[in-house]
Amino acid sequence: MKVLLIDDEKELVTTLSERMEIRDIDSDWATSGEQGLKMIQNQAYDWVVLDLKMPGLSGYEAIQAIKAARHEARIILLTGHSASEDLDRALDMGADMYLVKPVDIDDLIALMQGGGKQER
Amino acid sequence: MGIWRKIKPAFWNRSDSELELLNYRRLWRTTLFSAIAVTLAPLVFLAGINFYQFEEQYQLQRNEITSHVQRLLAVNKVQLANFLEERRAALTYVNLANTFSQLSDRRHLATVFRRLRQSFGGFVDLGLIDGQGIQHAYIGPYNLEGRDYKNQDWYKEVQIRGIYISDVFLGHRNFPHFVIAVRHERADDQPYVLRATIDTGKLNSLLSATDLHPIGDIFLVNQQGVLQTPSTLFGGVLTRFKSMPQLAGQMGRVTEVRQGNDPPFLVATAKVEGSPFLLVVVKQPAALLQKWDLLRINIIVMVAVSVAAILAVIWWGSATLVSRIYEADLRRVAMLHEVEYTNKLASIGRLAAGVAHEINNPVAIINEKVGLMGDILGMSQDFPRRDKFLDQIKVIKDSVRRVSEITHRLLGFARHLPVKSEQIHLEPLIKEVLGFLGREADYRNININVDIPPDVPTLEADKGQIQQVLLNIVNNALAAVKDGDRIDISVANRDDEQVAITIADNGIGISSQDLNNIFEPFFSTKGEKGTGLGLSITYGIVQKLGGHIDVVSQPGQGTSFIVYLPVKQRPRRLESASGEDAARMEV
Repeated sequence: MKVLLIDDEKELVTTLSERMEIRDIDSDWATSGEQGLKMIQNQAYDWVVLDLKMPGLSGYEAIQAIKAARHEARIILLTGHSASEDLDRALDMGADMYLVKPVDIDDLIALMQGGGKQER
Repeated sequence: MGIWRKIKPAFWNRSDSELELLNYRRLWRTTLFSAIAVTLAPLVFLAGINFYQFEEQYQLQRNEITSHVQRLLAVNKVQLANFLEERRAALTYVNLANTFSQLSDRRHLATVFRRLRQSFGGFVDLGLIDGQGIQHAYIGPYNLEGRDYKNQDWYKEVQIRGIYISDVFLGHRNFPHFVIAVRHERADDQPYVLRATIDTGKLNSLLSATDLHPIGDIFLVNQQGVLQTPSTLFGGVLTRFKSMPQLAGQMGRVTEVRQGNDPPFLVATAKVEGSPFLLVVVKQPAALLQKWDLLRINIIVMVAVSVAAILAVIWWGSATLVSRIYEADLRRVAMLHEVEYTNKLASIGRLAAGVAHEINNPVAIINEKVGLMGDILGMSQDFPRRDKFLDQIKVIKDSVRRVSEITHRLLGFARHLPVKSEQIHLEPLIKEVLGFLGREADYRNININVDIPPDVPTLEADKGQIQQVLLNIVNNALAAVKDGDRIDISVANRDDEQVAITIADNGIGISSQDLNNIFEPFFSTKGEKGTGLGLSITYGIVQKLGGHIDVVSQPGQGTSFIVYLPVKQRPRRLESASGEDAARMEV
């Protein structure tokens, strides 16, 4: 299982990545939507964990770009807070699940390994 | 003041500080008095003219009656004088044509008496009285020959004046009659007096032939006010005419006389020439003027009733009008309070959400870092004081959980404002919103046009929220326009699922730089007057309702806000999961 972590908080993604490594999960990280999209072009990922609010390319736009490029990766949104409407919109655009920060890494991994879609 | 307490309008004693915009008592007073002035002035004017004309007519009618009385008086006076003069002349003729000795012949006297009766009528008897006052000869129903009249007043008077007409009396004949006596004075004959008794029946029939329609009377009285002929109104012959004293000095004039509670009479008297009689003509104008009086009463009653009805209606109307304004203002103030409160609540929510968002990111980093520390410690079995560190990590993780619980609670507060779903007709809703703001527009002479086609469907949404959206946008438009400018509100069907509400103004417009920020919380171009939350909240509500807002603006030209709202609410999703703990999510 290969995971790409995208968040403008570098400390967050690097730490998450390191912790995933400890749990034998292969992960890359990016600190912006643009950087993340580039990485997706070059590498196939099973999961993209994506912050909804980022400077530059926002989470929504990243989802649209990923889906437009017909990448296989499933998308989990991370959000500091969001109105339900924002999340609905993101789920409509093709995100599979969302989690509200701070997340428990074991929950996150369990979600990915379960591989299911979030019910609405 | 019990009645006042009952009819006092509701706004009378209210002095809500928010409602001092208008002085309701003054408004009511102005409305009341101007309405009274406008309605009653013409009525009073017309009534005045009517009354004046009526009085003129009334006076004419009265004058007509007065002159009728005077005419009757003049005509009857002449007739009566003629009647008496005829009989006096007849007796004078007998005197001239006969000597004392001829008349002393009872047969001759009887012939003369018969001729007098045949020619003139009314003669009851005829007597010849010699120079010594002794009745020398007599033709009549009684035996009065030899009677001595020497010391009687009438005999003395006829000696002095040559003629005597008595008052009416009953005498021993016991029927009303009067006496005419004429002195004979010829140089070639001895003096004597011819004395005739005349039945008053002749006088009565003369007077009763007069038409007095409808209520009136004509009769004779003597100088002492004793009736000489019967009166239908004042009694029989020889009764006293009580109103006589009131007529003293009014000879020939028409006088108004009152008797007890009866309506006043118009009375005129005139002396009948050559007699002791006064002719009295009486007329009761009330009978003739009754119709006029009735008309006058009708007019007065009608005017009084109209005035009372008008006053009542004006009182009720103006009190109702001002009460309605007062109640509408109360409602408006209450609604503005509610909106203000909702705004406040929403801004607290926004603030809380912003704070929570900002806190969640660093907390997430702490969470991961401490997690990593835990992971590393978990792998390093021989780390010195490993358990102590694991305890610390556990405490930090617990604290992170506590912080995130708090932030989630804050987020929950921002989101859980009550939302109702109901069918909304846009036209009344927009009118209601303008009801709150229309006053400002009126004061500032701002023209607000509303164009809603009849086929606009009803919306399924929270009425209060849509109201708030429109209030905020229209309020901004009002702030953007100058006095006398215009605001256009139109509604259109975008498609089957959405309606578009456009609020366009020709105000100052928004610069393209500001246009990117207008929906940001705490962004305001109104300086200290704006909170910077209105449009931010509006945006949030419209989003929550499943719609969106477009803004088109040209600086100096104006701004159009187009609010797109779904006709039907989509089923709400992730209601409980959103913003809640990750543990509650289902996979």
